[in-house]
Amino acid sequence: MVLRAESNRKVVVSVIIILVFAVIISKLFYIQVVNSSYKFSAANNVLRYVTQYPARGLILDRHGTPVVTNKPVFDILMVKNQVKPFDTVEFATMLGLTVEQVSDAFVQASKQKGYSPRKAVVLLNQISAENFSRFQEVMYKYSGFEVQPRTVRSYNRPIAAHLLGYIGEVDERDIKNAPYYQQGDYIGISGIERSYEHVLRGKKGVKIFMVDVYNRIKGLYEKGKFDTIATPGKNITSTIDIKLQEYGERLMQNKIGSIVAIEPQTGEVLAMISSPTYDPSLLVGRQRAVNFKALQQDSLKPIFNRSIMALYPPGSTFKVVNALIGLQEGVVTPETRYSCDGGYHIGRGVACHSHPSPTNLIQSIQVSCNTYYCHVFRNIIDKREFGSVEKGFTVWKKHVESFGFGSKLGIDLPHELKGIVPSVSFYDKYFRKGGWNSLTIISLAIGQGELAVTPLQMANLAAIIANKGYYLTPHVVKAIEGESITPDYHQKHFTSIDSVYFRYIIEGMDLAVNGVPGSGSTARIAALPDIRICGKTGTAQNPHGKDHSVFFAFAPKDDPKIAIAVYVENAGFGATWAAPTASLMIEKYLKDSISRPDLERYILDANLLDRHAKAK
Amino acid sequence: MQRQNSILRNLDWVATILYILLVIMGWFNIYAAVYSDDHRNILDFSQRYGKQLVWIFFAFIMAFIILNTNDRIYPAFAYIFYGVVLLSLISTLLFGRVVNASKSWIPIGSFGIQPAEFAKITTSLALAKLMSSYGFKLSGFWSYVKVAIIVGLPVGIILLQNDMGSALVFGALVLVLYREGLPGWILAYMFFLVLVFILTLMYSTSVLIAFIFAVAIMLLVIYTRHYRDAFRVTLGTLGIGLLLFVASELFHLKLSVEIIFLIPVIIAVFIGFAYAYRKRLKQVYAISFFLIATLGFSMSADYVFERVLDVHHQKRINNLLGIEDDPLGWGYNVNQSKIAIGSGGFWGKGYLSGTQTKYNFVPEQSTDFIFCTVGEEWGFVGSAVVVSLIAIFLLRLLKIAERQTEHFARIYGYSVVSILFFHAAVNIGMTIGLVPVIGIPLPFFSYGGSSLWAFTILVFILLRFDASRYGSY
Ligand SMILES: [Zn+2]
Repeated sequence: MVLRAESNRKVVVSVIIILVFAVIISKLFYIQVVNSSYKFSAANNVLRYVTQYPARGLILDRHGTPVVTNKPVFDILMVKNQVKPFDTVEFATMLGLTVEQVSDAFVQASKQKGYSPRKAVVLLNQISAENFSRFQEVMYKYSGFEVQPRTVRSYNRPIAAHLLGYIGEVDERDIKNAPYYQQGDYIGISGIERSYEHVLRGKKGVKIFMVDVYNRIKGLYEKGKFDTIATPGKNITSTIDIKLQEYGERLMQNKIGSIVAIEPQTGEVLAMISSPTYDPSLLVGRQRAVNFKALQQDSLKPIFNRSIMALYPPGSTFKVVNALIGLQEGVVTPETRYSCDGGYHIGRGVACHSHPSPTNLIQSIQVSCNTYYCHVFRNIIDKREFGSVEKGFTVWKKHVESFGFGSKLGIDLPHELKGIVPSVSFYDKYFRKGGWNSLTIISLAIGQGELAVTPLQMANLAAIIANKGYYLTPHVVKAIEGESITPDYHQKHFTSIDSVYFRYIIEGMDLAVNGVPGSGSTARIAALPDIRICGKTGTAQNPHGKDHSVFFAFAPKDDPKIAIAVYVENAGFGATWAAPTASLMIEKYLKDSISRPDLERYILDANLLDRHAKAK
Repeated sequence: MQRQNSILRNLDWVATILYILLVIMGWFNIYAAVYSDDHRNILDFSQRYGKQLVWIFFAFIMAFIILNTNDRIYPAFAYIFYGVVLLSLISTLLFGRVVNASKSWIPIGSFGIQPAEFAKITTSLALAKLMSSYGFKLSGFWSYVKVAIIVGLPVGIILLQNDMGSALVFGALVLVLYREGLPGWILAYMFFLVLVFILTLMYSTSVLIAFIFAVAIMLLVIYTRHYRDAFRVTLGTLGIGLLLFVASELFHLKLSVEIIFLIPVIIAVFIGFAYAYRKRLKQVYAISFFLIATLGFSMSADYVFERVLDVHHQKRINNLLGIEDDPLGWGYNVNQSKIAIGSGGFWGKGYLSGTQTKYNFVPEQSTDFIFCTVGEEWGFVGSAVVVSLIAIFLLRLLKIAERQTEHFARIYGYSVVSILFFHAAVNIGMTIGLVPVIGIPLPFFSYGGSSLWAFTILVFILLRFDASRYGSY
């Protein structure tokens, strides 16, 4: 009985094996012999897959003006086995190339991955429409060549290069990461082109042709049953005001630095300038590689997006943050007064400039008194309830971080940097455990020392003050094909400071710009008669050369529409260059006209690049 | 000297020759898959066929060494081998490709050993050791727990490495359990669940509920022959469903279709249990239980599919079932592979004359999709020959396993057959669109040293056992 059962089981296993292989052989018989749809092969025919490339989505500005569009170009493909000897000179001239370029292309083509002399491979890419139309008329003379239309980017104005980003051919890593991509596809490499790649790219299609051994197309395979249509990419509405962007780039010409402007209520980035910049159309077309290399080798680093990747000390602008933390922690009140005799003299000491003294909190912002903030900072760190410097410092750091410093704000652009807010462990290592106190790190009081922020974080600080205590994640895209973007960007991020304290800061920033002459206001140059601007200057110490000029502001005071930060490298005091630049930007955005042509000329004509050269 | 003679004399030459034949055919196909006008030299070690030649050479040496090694080491060290491979699996999981140290003893090309391949061998040995141990019987809860631990550990780690294909291979060991006493209905039920899983993905939940209910009623009729009661239950269930539907429409309850299907069936299950209790009918218990378990499985399968499986597994499965049609996406592989095989026709295009596989239309054509080259160049005739050879080889190994007098050797033999069977059936099945694309190699054909060596070792340990079954040393 047992034996029988066992031999039965052996039979069952054998039957399962035989059955499964019988099914496989039947299916093989079906697809190889019975089903005709796979048997197109009588004369050793081959299927050819022709990718249908979709047009990339357009990028519009916040008012719907197209900023990035597409233009047609043509790739010339060749099948090496079918190329017959031809007149290279005519071939090259018709395409607008030199003979060397063409013969070089032949060498390069045979080196590419997956090359086969029997397969169509790209010989020359991105031939412009003008050159191609000339070539098209004589193309019949050359056998073994084919054409594939593509689209590439086209820019109406040479602006916003960093923000828009550029596209390029996929590399092997891209292909490995996402099997959607194939060799020869384009992908967004930086800027919006990269962060919204999946939206902009659309979806490729494919047409399957049957070709004979001579590569002659015999028609669509299975009447196009397996073909797919390309879906064009979606259009993107950016948050950028293209006029403001263009104006900002003009103001920043011949200067190094960055401007970031944000709409405080929404977190929408209105303008994002990084100077020096470049014409985005340089990175399109056949000259792309050459131009890219030149840009890369430029010592002023024009490809580098300073708005989100440059780290600067915040300088005096950071005093408003310390004032807010002091108020929140109750170690200073709006009425607290400190006198200043040209500096803070305990420890290493911090110098100050001459201004009316003593000052209360509001006046201290108006005149930007260093001494005042040394007191405030030490009051915070050494607050008795904390018990230790480490604890006090940690509380301070937490407050600072709630403003978005020391971490990525999460803007929808690649490569954003975090900035630096030092930690207890950093100082423990730098000095030694217990070897530092509020005096050792006193530079933090005036925004120097181990602090580093991006211009974007600075503009965000302006937005926080304008909003009296919160910000929305800054973003550069407003809508995708008319649909509004992710709700993450509609969420308010509150700082750890109560909203009531912000009005003192706003008063101080108001006075800094609009104070009466002789009251010590630091940014009177930024004042406008009909728009109340609140701002704060800063001078970021630069160990490598002349200090950076910093200014951040928002306006109008009662109903803020724009928050802005300006950094001008090696330009000295904040009041000299950064403040007037910000003021002009605000006026341009709110009034669309400039009432101070002299000031405008002063900024436009200034060339501060030689200072940079000296700093090197 | 004498020992070696007796080994060679007792070696099963049918299986050995089939093995050599398959390996050689495999190599010719890799050569064809990579072949192009530019490189024809068969000893070109920069090309895959050149490297494969080296690996075949080493595989033969391994086979030779195994045949000349005492077979007592396998039962003696089964758990130790198992533990070592388990540790190396864990270390690959933790440290990535640390195991690349093997570079030092294989001087040719870059090479990484995949412990997952060797886990198949050691798990088979450990399973054989466990199930052949004194007093072990495959019955009762704890015996299954022990088996589940032996198989589950490597499977768990391999799953953590995201290697779904290799993990599924271990499922084939259910055939071993079946041979050693697993009740037949469990095997049948597992096949049924696979069917339900596929149907779950293809059809809506309500259709599934109706299908499972129908199968349950069929079982009821077949096993109890209480036709009238079966009829009543069916009618009653349909009645409740209808009532629910009418109520939902009249009172605007907005009950979903699934609920209208599900509630009557659940009521039927309760009635089934009560009925079974009163009439003391074991079968009705079982069928009611079957109904509720399968329903539960079907519902959770949906969940697992949506939440647990990777997108690319989802897509591959969907594609197989014809749910998504996407020739350039994941379906691309299968479409291309079917076209390549189909274009071979009855006689094939002739060796090295394939066009589909030559132009790189078929991805992974020398590894997972090597069968495309067979299908295209050798046609139906060649494919049928290859499939038949593999089947004959498996049946031969089955015969060898069955004639082992030792439990250990027999159980191990069944593991070998199950694993090879799963690899061959699933690999060929996926190239012709019978099963989803899961990346596992075709034994002896696919390019790659690790898999070839693992299969060689797997087979030759069995052949070594077989050679000494008449007298041990
Ligand atoms: Zn002062």
